Amino acid sequence: MSSPSLSRSGIERRALGAGLLAVVLARPARAERPGLREAVLGFTGGAEPAEGGVTLDIPPLVENGNTVPVTIAVESPMTEEEHVRRIALFNERNPQPHVVTARLGPRAGRARLSTRMRLATSQRLVAVAEMSDGSFRAASADVIVTLAACVEG
Amino acid sequence: MARVLINLPRTARRGEVIEIRTLIQHVMETGYRPRADGSVASRDIITRFACLYDNEEVFAAELAPAIAANPFLSFSLVAAESGILAFTWTGDNGFEQTETRSLTVT
Repeated sequence: MSSPSLSRSGIERRALGAGLLAVVLARPARAERPGLREAVLGFTGGAEPAEGGVTLDIPPLVENGNTVPVTIAVESPMTEEEHVRRIALFNERNPQPHVVTARLGPRAGRARLSTRMRLATSQRLVAVAEMSDGSFRAASADVIVTLAACVEG
Repeated sequence: MARVLINLPRTARRGEVIEIRTLIQHVMETGYRPRADGSVASRDIITRFACLYDNEEVFAAELAPAIAANPFLSFSLVAAESGILAFTWTGDNGFEQTETRSLTVT
């Protein structure tokens, strides 16, 4: 009588082990979705943005994805010779990768932009800045969302 | 006419960097949200915001459906000359609204 229950628990244990393994294996493989990468490369014209020089400020844990404050700041003197031309924000798992694309110049004084966005689920965000010398800089942030926006309304 | 909130200083010293905060009342319907009867609500968003300072564009933003309802935007400007700041929002279904504020530079 004890053998079926033993074997069942054995199966359960094995299934649990396989499940855990799948989770462990899936974690590092969680690469950026192609939509996000394509959107970033579409903005940069194929150039790979360099990390650093951009601050993407968003709460790491969001309770309500319908309105999430986000601030992007780029280190730049904002002079005629050296300024930020454009700032863009992209997301990974909303229906569309674009969030906002801003155009600014030396008359802005500071390369800083704040808005409020929607997040459909926990995901990664990427902010990219185009500098006046044609180079691109980027910063990314991971956000956990408990109440989703967009689809459920 | 949608209700608009624009926050900026009335006066500024020449060369000072001022912060401008804008908010406009708008549903920003994403185009992905199902209605109660199962049909999908069609997209109705503000697609572009621009700020003109003495008829020169100093800041502009293209907005996507991922921007929250009642779009809020905050940015900065260098106070160069006393003048008029014009804020324009354009969007789907022929939405267009312009608000102006004067800035005195001392």
